[in-house]
Amino acid sequence: MSISEVSGTEILGADDVSRAITRISHEIVERNPDLSPVVIVGMQTGGVWIAQRLRDTVNRIAESIEVPLGAVDISMYRDDFSLRPVVLSAPTDIPLDLTGRTVVLVDDVLFTGRTVRAALEALNDHGRPRAVQLAVMVDRGHRELPIRPDYVGKNIPTHFTDEVSVGPDGVFVTAVVQ
Amino acid sequence: MSESIVIRGATVVNPDAITLADVLIIDGVIAAVGGSLQADLELDGTGCYLSSGFVDLHTHLREPGKEEAETIESGSRAAALGGYTAVVAMPNTDPAQDNVETVRFVREQGIAAGLCEVVPSGCITIGRLGKQLVPYARLVEEGVTLFTDDGTGVQDAQLMQRALMLGKLLGITMAQHCEVASLTTGAVMHDGECCSSMGVPGWPSIAEEQMVRRDIDLVRVTGAKMHFLHLSTAGSVDLVRAAKAEGLPITAEVTPHHLALQDELLRGFDPVFKVNPPLRTAADIDALKLGIADGTIDAVATDHAPHAGHTKEQPLDAAPPGMLGLETALGVLNTAVTVSPQQIASLMSWAPARIAEVSQRHGRPIAVGEPANIAVWDTSTVWTVSRDHLSSKSRNTPFHGMDLRGRVRHTIFNGELVVRDGKALK
Amino acid sequence: MKHLLSSHDLSVDEIVGILDVADHMAEINTRSLPKVPALRGKTIASVFFEDSTRTRLSFETAAKRLSADVMTFMASSSSLNKGESLRDTIETLSAMGVDAMVIRHKSSGVPLTMTQWTDAVVINAGDGWHQHPTQGLLDAYTVTREFGTKDSLSGRSIAIVGDIKHSRVARSNIDIFRRLGAHVVVVAPPALLPKNIESWGVEVRNTIDDVVGEVDALYMLRMQLERMDSSIVPKLTEYCALYSLTPERAARMGSGAILMHPGPINRGVELIVDPTDVPGSRILKQVTNGVNVRMAVLFTLLGSGATTVLQQGGES
Repeated sequence: MSISEVSGTEILGADDVSRAITRISHEIVERNPDLSPVVIVGMQTGGVWIAQRLRDTVNRIAESIEVPLGAVDISMYRDDFSLRPVVLSAPTDIPLDLTGRTVVLVDDVLFTGRTVRAALEALNDHGRPRAVQLAVMVDRGHRELPIRPDYVGKNIPTHFTDEVSVGPDGVFVTAVVQ
Repeated sequence: MSESIVIRGATVVNPDAITLADVLIIDGVIAAVGGSLQADLELDGTGCYLSSGFVDLHTHLREPGKEEAETIESGSRAAALGGYTAVVAMPNTDPAQDNVETVRFVREQGIAAGLCEVVPSGCITIGRLGKQLVPYARLVEEGVTLFTDDGTGVQDAQLMQRALMLGKLLGITMAQHCEVASLTTGAVMHDGECCSSMGVPGWPSIAEEQMVRRDIDLVRVTGAKMHFLHLSTAGSVDLVRAAKAEGLPITAEVTPHHLALQDELLRGFDPVFKVNPPLRTAADIDALKLGIADGTIDAVATDHAPHAGHTKEQPLDAAPPGMLGLETALGVLNTAVTVSPQQIASLMSWAPARIAEVSQRHGRPIAVGEPANIAVWDTSTVWTVSRDHLSSKSRNTPFHGMDLRGRVRHTIFNGELVVRDGKALK
Repeated sequence: MKHLLSSHDLSVDEIVGILDVADHMAEINTRSLPKVPALRGKTIASVFFEDSTRTRLSFETAAKRLSADVMTFMASSSSLNKGESLRDTIETLSAMGVDAMVIRHKSSGVPLTMTQWTDAVVINAGDGWHQHPTQGLLDAYTVTREFGTKDSLSGRSIAIVGDIKHSRVARSNIDIFRRLGAHVVVVAPPALLPKNIESWGVEVRNTIDDVVGEVDALYMLRMQLERMDSSIVPKLTEYCALYSLTPERAARMGSGAILMHPGPINRGVELIVDPTDVPGSRILKQVTNGVNVRMAVLFTLLGSGATTVLQQGGES
């Protein structure tokens, strides 16, 4: 299911991605006047780099506070084991108890919502957050669960079979002929 | 008067010649050997060899005692299908063949089956326990000439020496299963590289060779006749070769499976490949073949050892050793070893008939006036062994799925056609 | 890979892959709530024909932390009728709908044999003298993580001391250690060395004194006391003189060298020193790692329905 780098239509360029990260960072700060309980957690692996840049930007904007960063691996929480091979990336790294914290969960693409569901379950094993907010670079639609992002880089209408690739270089959509 | 039979177009195998001829059988006797003979029943022998019927020195018929694995009747049928007109029934029955009643029972069950001659052997020691000698003379009166504790070797050297002294006196043959028990405790397979990596107790070659060596010494001091059962190692072949060169009255057999199969086959832990003595290495197989080529090995004997299905569905170490052999012996020998038709007849009929002392009736020349115990077989038909299509009551053949070259077409026992075109007639 | 029957079934890539998954499990096991739903709905039977409380508990803990349902079948081999009962037992458990069977049996080869009687995934938890593949994996995990060399033991030397011949642990560990690149030395009484040990690609040394100061890891096998009574080793004192780890010998271990043992320890036999007095002892670490690695094995064999793909930065 990997996407060749040359193919695909560019939807966002590298600058667009950077601008989206900056904008979302401001939205996080606006929405959370008290940043002290906020933790930014990226989903392994596609959400991790975005989470890191969001954290850096938020810290720059807020100046006086250091928002902690975490990573969550959801492979042990998926509900579709028998449907496709599990890709193990890197272990979960959550440096603190999440009880009472506000978690900003970060992923690259929001699609069916199933990985977010799994991530919510995974977060619960690290304490009981006061709230969880969801940030994604791309919302491509086709939700199968009642899940809605709080921060979106860009909404992109897609076919169910399209492949969407997100990186610091930009966002690409490839039509896959079945 | 029974119907006359003619076998047409086969190549007749005799010790002195191989000739294309028809063979006519009337009233249990060969009535004519020559061209264009007529009879009530005509059998096709084209492309086949015709020899005296095979004689198996080593058959476990399991009756009495383990009728779920084999009966004398089912084993006799398997024998007839393998071209055998006589089989020596091993004495490890329950009760063991250490008494007149059991020996008579076995012989009579064989006669009742009427598919081949069942020749009972006797035990060397009471109950094959290795403690006390059997009263041989009473069994000799019953016609027993071969004595063995097969399944185990006689461990006590003094007891064995005394058995041989009596053997010399009575003119009988002691047949040894060569295995020094203290070296094979719990043994599962050949003690080699394969065994070592599989983590199972090994059966070392020296456990066989130690007893072969001891018994050769005992034969030298007693002068009695000794037959070595199922030799499996290169060292054993060398010992027997030297003993024969000395002129000692020793004979030896190998099994088809020891000529064809290696210990590597046990890697899958399948008990169907477990046998005693165990499958050995390629070097041992080569030595056994050399022993056949130079006459050190006199006979090929099956060690046909049926086991009921559930007994082989056990862990390798718990499953009993033994393999079926009667129906596949010719094909395995002919496939595994380069042998001439005369060698086949010698290894499977003439020599074993002499060793079992049944050569008044079996292993005789194909000539006018001789008893009609005959096997018609080829060395060219390729067939695939299927455990589901064997006539034995058990299915533990290690050759399942293997292609063999050479098959028995007809078997005539005492002038009666018992196997025709590879099918048993009763 | 459908089953785990022998270390030989695993390629080096698969070994490294399982150890990587074990890192994920190690993280889970550090949480205050060490449980994930990965194997929810799966049923794992531990089928122990030979008693081994620690191995069974290790597997069952691993299964429970992955949210699998666990059932336990225990029978001493002697109480079972021969033959048919083994097949019947396996077929019966199989008919209850188990997804995996973790099997321990005193006879070599039983895990392989039973694969013909069940569709369940079969995991060998020790068969006879043959194999104990999860022990080999957890020991490889312990050594690689100790020395910080994730996928290789190249340049490391490991001595295995004791009854090699009758040891399924030795067979699995020698194979895995060697294929990860370690130099393996074995030390054993002559009667407890397997035949053809040369062909195993190990170095054979005579006494523990020959290796104790040289190796990076000293792996002491459990010495069965009952073997002392036979002619294999004339007397316990003779064994101790040549093969036991005494405080004096432990003091000669290299700095940074570690001590391992598969447990349970026969104190006063192979270990005369108290392992808590040996700074390099990783014997309890092995037990902890055992849960991580068995979780990794269960997850790899059952978790994905097919294959667990390991890659850096994969798309999920």
